Parts: sequence; C-alpha cells; structure tokens
Amino acid sequence: MENFEPTIVAFCCHYCAYTAADMAGSKRLCYPPNVKIIKVPCSGKVDAIHIMKALEMGADGVYVAGCLEGDCHFKSGNIDAAKRVAYIKKLLDEIGIGGERVEMILMSAGMGERFAQTAADMTEKIRKLGPNPVKFAPKANNAA
Amino acid sequence: MITAERKPMEELIECLAPYHRILLVGCNECVTVCSAGGRKEVGILSSALQMAFMKEGKTLEVKEMTLERQCDPEYVEELVTHIDQAEAVMSMACGCGVQEIARRFKAKPVFPAVNTTFMGASERQGVWAERCQGCGECVLGLTGGVCPIARCSKQLLNGPCGGSTNGKCEVDSDMDCAWQLIWDRLKALGIEDQYEKNIAAKDWRTGRGGGPRKIIREDLVK
Repeated sequence: MENFEPTIVAFCCHYCAYTAADMAGSKRLCYPPNVKIIKVPCSGKVDAIHIMKALEMGADGVYVAGCLEGDCHFKSGNIDAAKRVAYIKKLLDEIGIGGERVEMILMSAGMGERFAQTAADMTEKIRKLGPNPVKFAPKANNAA
Repeated sequence: MITAERKPMEELIECLAPYHRILLVGCNECVTVCSAGGRKEVGILSSALQMAFMKEGKTLEVKEMTLERQCDPEYVEELVTHIDQAEAVMSMACGCGVQEIARRFKAKPVFPAVNTTFMGASERQGVWAERCQGCGECVLGLTGGVCPIARCSKQLLNGPCGGSTNGKCEVDSDMDCAWQLIWDRLKALGIEDQYEKNIAAKDWRTGRGGGPRKIIREDLVK
C-alpha cells in the first residue's frame, strides 16, 4: 500500500480542461503522471457507463472535467455531466466502492494551474483512499 | 408508460448472492423511456453488480440482453439460446416482463431489478407522474381530460373535498388538487355546466375490484 500509485482517468472536455492541460504543458507545470486523459467533445458526452467501466477495468479514481458554469460550448453539457457524476457517486456508495473516487471538476481553457493542481489533488486523495477494491479481484469471463 | 425505479443495490446483490452466471434482461419499451431498465441501465447495473461481487472476491458473469418487449412471448423467446448458460435471470422490465420470463422458463429463477410503480407521463425531463390507474371505465370525457381516479388522493368522482387549498392537495402542498385542475380545464373549455352534473357512483368491478382482469378480442384470438 505504501508504494501504491493510483491510476486516475480524467475525461477532459475539448473546450476547457483538455486545453487547460495543454496550457499546463506550455507553462512547464508539473502534475502527477497518474492521470490518464481521455479527450471528449464535451463533458456532457461522458455517460454513467463510461465512468463505471473505467472503475470496473481497474481505475482507482475518475474525474470529469468540464467548463465553468455558464460557459459550456453546448449550453448545459457540464451541468448534465455533474448530475451524472452525482448519480454515479451514490451508486458507488451503494455497492461499497466509495463515491469519493469520482469527482466533477470545472475549469476554463486558461486554467493551466488549476488543471495541474486538480491532477495533484485527485492523485493525493485517491492515494489516501487506497486502491479500487475491484482492481485485483478475479474478473468474470463476460459474454456481454 | 409503465414507470419503474431500480431496487436498492443491497437487495439485488443479496438475491444474486448464490449465483455466478446470470442473464440481465432489459426491455426496450416503457422502462427504457423512464430510464429504469433499458439497454443503458442494463449496462450500468451489470457493471455495478460485477464490481460489487469482485469487491467481495467473487465473480459474476453477466450476459446483457435487452428485448424489444418483455411482455410479449415472441420477444421473450429470444432468450432461449442463452437461458441455459445462466443460473438465474434478473429482469429490468416491469412486473409484466418479469412474469413473462418466469412463465416461459419455469426451471429458472427470475428476480426483478426494478420496482414497478405506476402508469404515468413525463412532466419534464427526469420527472414522471401518475396519470392512470387502469380502472377499466374511463371518465376523462366527463372531467376535462384530468383523471380524478389517478390524480385525486381520495379518488373523488365529485370533488373537490375540503382539503383543496390554493389549487393544492392537503396530502402534499406540492401536489396539484385534481379537482382544481378539472375545474380550470372545464372553464377553459367553456363547459362549466358539466361540473354541476353528478357523476354516478363508480362500478369498481371493472378495476381491481373484480380480481385479475383479462381482455379477449375474439377477432384476434388464434
């Protein structure tokens, strides 16, 4: 557990967080390599099943990063995403995985520092929580 | 549509505890529309169940299927090629779908994943409200298209009662008084006179009062 390095999946909106990650890179800001970025056209594109599958496949934490309130390129994708994240948090609490492994983060394209800080904060938080309990469990041979 | 809500995960996990391979079956009709048991919900529940099992060091093999209609034998028949591989079936359809699977596959345990709630309509995205109780003798033509059986807490046929305040029901201040809605609608239609007519006592035998019901259409029966 002491050497536990969490794997974190970050679904990043093309219009804000993904660009903010670029900004962080341009500014030579350091952030933990634990965060694996998946670029999405809008945070509203992230469905509940995407978050569930990430965790089922062994991610220790997941966050969805969308635009600041009122700034969504598609009007309300970030609000929709936040509601889905809240739904998944409850479901994860119900099955004992822990809703705190999933978060919704808002930022703008210019917030390179916030992107780097979020990645660091989330990594630290998940490191404290420990590995996803399903990570090392035997997997069923699903035909689905 | 028939509306439903997923049961608590604890209950679902408990009833599946003895099994390792299940068939999780959704329905493309009402429960898809009310986001309780369509293809999407099948995927999410499948993932949640597997994670819950993995957490306990167990495995659960889930075959996901979503039928066009679980309440029709033609579609339930599609499970034939998969049923033998499963130790049990969990259905995300309404009670009709669950029972149809149980009737067709007598040797297979079937569990409901949702609580079937009511026949309703979408008020807005994510909100469904009860609109019909299937009483078997529709009075909507007399009540301006607002059902006093499904929407009046007391099922009054000649309302409102004294509990109607500012258009709301005394049962819940967020609940519309059905008879206020009926009056408003009759007024809008310019047929307030209709309100003065007494609606005769209802024959509840057309509803559940007569036991389980059946419709037989002689022109269609084969």
